[in-house]
Amino acid sequence: VSTSAVPSKTPPVARVITTKPRFSDKVFRAVVTAGGLSSLVILAVIAFFLVYNGFGVFKSEGLSFFTGFEWVDAQPDVGTAASYGIGAMLYGTLLTGFLAVLFGVPIAVGAALFLSYYAPEWLKKPMVIVVDVMAAIPSIVYGLWGYFVFMPHAEYWAKLIHKYLGFIPFFDMPANAFSRSPFIAGLVLAIMIIPIVTSVSREVFAQTPLDRIQAAYALGATKWSMIKAVVFPYGAGGAVYTVLNLVYDIRIEVLLSAGGNVASMIVNKFGEADAPELKALMAAGFVLFLVTLIVNFIANIIINRTARKG
Amino acid sequence: MTQVISQVSPQKPWRPKLKNLLPEVLGALFTAVSTLLIVAVTPLKGKLGFAIVLIIMSIVVSSLVSGIRRDKKAALNSTTTVLFYIASAFVIIPLFSILYEIFRLGIGGLSFGIFTKDMSLTSSDSPLTEGGLLHALIGTLYVVVLASILSTPVGILASLYIVEVKGRFAGLVRFFIQAMSGIPSIVAGLFIYAIWMINMGNSYNAVAGAGALAILMIPTVARTSEEVLKLIPPDLREAGLALGATQWRTVAMIIIPAAKSGLVTAVILGIARVAGETAPLLLTIGGADAINLNPFSGNSSAMPYYVWKNYSLGNPESISRAWLGVLVLMIVVFIFFSLARFFGRSKGVKK
Repeated sequence: VSTSAVPSKTPPVARVITTKPRFSDKVFRAVVTAGGLSSLVILAVIAFFLVYNGFGVFKSEGLSFFTGFEWVDAQPDVGTAASYGIGAMLYGTLLTGFLAVLFGVPIAVGAALFLSYYAPEWLKKPMVIVVDVMAAIPSIVYGLWGYFVFMPHAEYWAKLIHKYLGFIPFFDMPANAFSRSPFIAGLVLAIMIIPIVTSVSREVFAQTPLDRIQAAYALGATKWSMIKAVVFPYGAGGAVYTVLNLVYDIRIEVLLSAGGNVASMIVNKFGEADAPELKALMAAGFVLFLVTLIVNFIANIIINRTARKG
Repeated sequence: MTQVISQVSPQKPWRPKLKNLLPEVLGALFTAVSTLLIVAVTPLKGKLGFAIVLIIMSIVVSSLVSGIRRDKKAALNSTTTVLFYIASAFVIIPLFSILYEIFRLGIGGLSFGIFTKDMSLTSSDSPLTEGGLLHALIGTLYVVVLASILSTPVGILASLYIVEVKGRFAGLVRFFIQAMSGIPSIVAGLFIYAIWMINMGNSYNAVAGAGALAILMIPTVARTSEEVLKLIPPDLREAGLALGATQWRTVAMIIIPAAKSGLVTAVILGIARVAGETAPLLLTIGGADAINLNPFSGNSSAMPYYVWKNYSLGNPESISRAWLGVLVLMIVVFIFFSLARFFGRSKGVKK
């Protein structure tokens, strides 16, 4: 800037440069911070109200609330007291989640690897769209499909497996174990989580540095050796995180195809619950909430560990 | 002297020659023939038996072929390749099955009448030509719009906090947003029931359902907006600040307009996520067979509730209604989903 253009008698006052935020910025930051921290507040309020309403049950049942297998209302005319235990349901929830991971994750990761490293371009695009579409299908659709379409098929397979492979102890289970069981619920849940796990794993795999991939190929690695040596160590954390995050969000579809987990119990008992039973349901909801938070916390630790390694 | 440039046809020495392709072709042939033979000879019958044998045979043959031609590593590579192909087939098959069944079972009831009538004057076992699902569509509209109004400001503010303000609790907020996305939907419903009905003494209505859905929607909106805001080039931010704008002005007049389509996508993805939620609505909206135009009082219905109710009624007509409801619900969700893709694509902002 030339100073000779407009000669002035008094030099301009030096501007005061400050890092102090203006008033508008203070307001802005306060509002945004409040918005950010509201997630924390919401979680805290959820926990508080579930505990507040279910506290009596935790107190009266004690540890047997988690281990007990009985869920009976008080019957004053017979003189029996209420007994609420979610042991069986908690077991069902964990089993369903475990089965979903067992079946769903290998398939989803395999499909993500296929999309990232094997699929020809013409197939890749439509398949990515298909996977995204699947992730947007509402859970009740999976539920209805699981109950009316998948379950009869699964029963047929079960009978077939039982007939021909019954000599292997693992398959030697009664055929009726396949209808309305945690097993079917696990399979339907697996089908439901597959697209989400696939699309997230694909995104994680896509972040693998290209130079490392090319270095592996240059050293003469086959595709599989490259994946094992480069992609997996880099992307394991992200995949683990999604999986754990998803599975314990057991939704209505499981309820349709199976009883025996906490979420389905809440919906089933909710309709005709009296006040004390409602309190017990609140307590059960809190336990489910707690399980999700703990799983999330563990997943977060895992992802932080592996992220540093990559 | 001018050099004569001879026309050289492009060479592709890496292209497999017929000689090299032969083992693969033979292997594929062998797989097909042996599968047919095994299916014919053994008691494994039907499409499923055929598929299982084909899978096993193709894994065995392909790994044998590359094992013999090269070494153990190549064999392992072929095995995993086949496995990944199969895995992606397993991903695709359920989708086609689901779409096929929905259309097969739901299309029969689809008519103009269902969008103009409710179920208040129709019993559950009357034919599908009577009654409709207008009440459920209106209910879903109310619940979803209210949930968006409740969750959008919170979700976008949270993402602004993480990306723009980068406050002291940014890591913590991100963790809690992720934790929120893991909240089981039934727990959201239970919480609203506890606070809204038990402790505040209200009765069922659409606003309660919207509250439950908002809890589930916030994390989706927040995470997607965070991704979108991260894609805004830092130059824009610096340019705004260099012009002497306060952070508030920079965000409001530069960042938000630049990210607008992405933020719209975030909200639409959130809607697509919650439009099909059933469990929280079962506990909060009460359900109704008639149109309820007041979201603030009185029981209301919604599409997932309609599906659920007809499913649990159990007679053939209501099961058909459940499938019809699923078909309509899917159409609604896909409209939102396509909108999200459309808005997301127009500025090249990926999901």
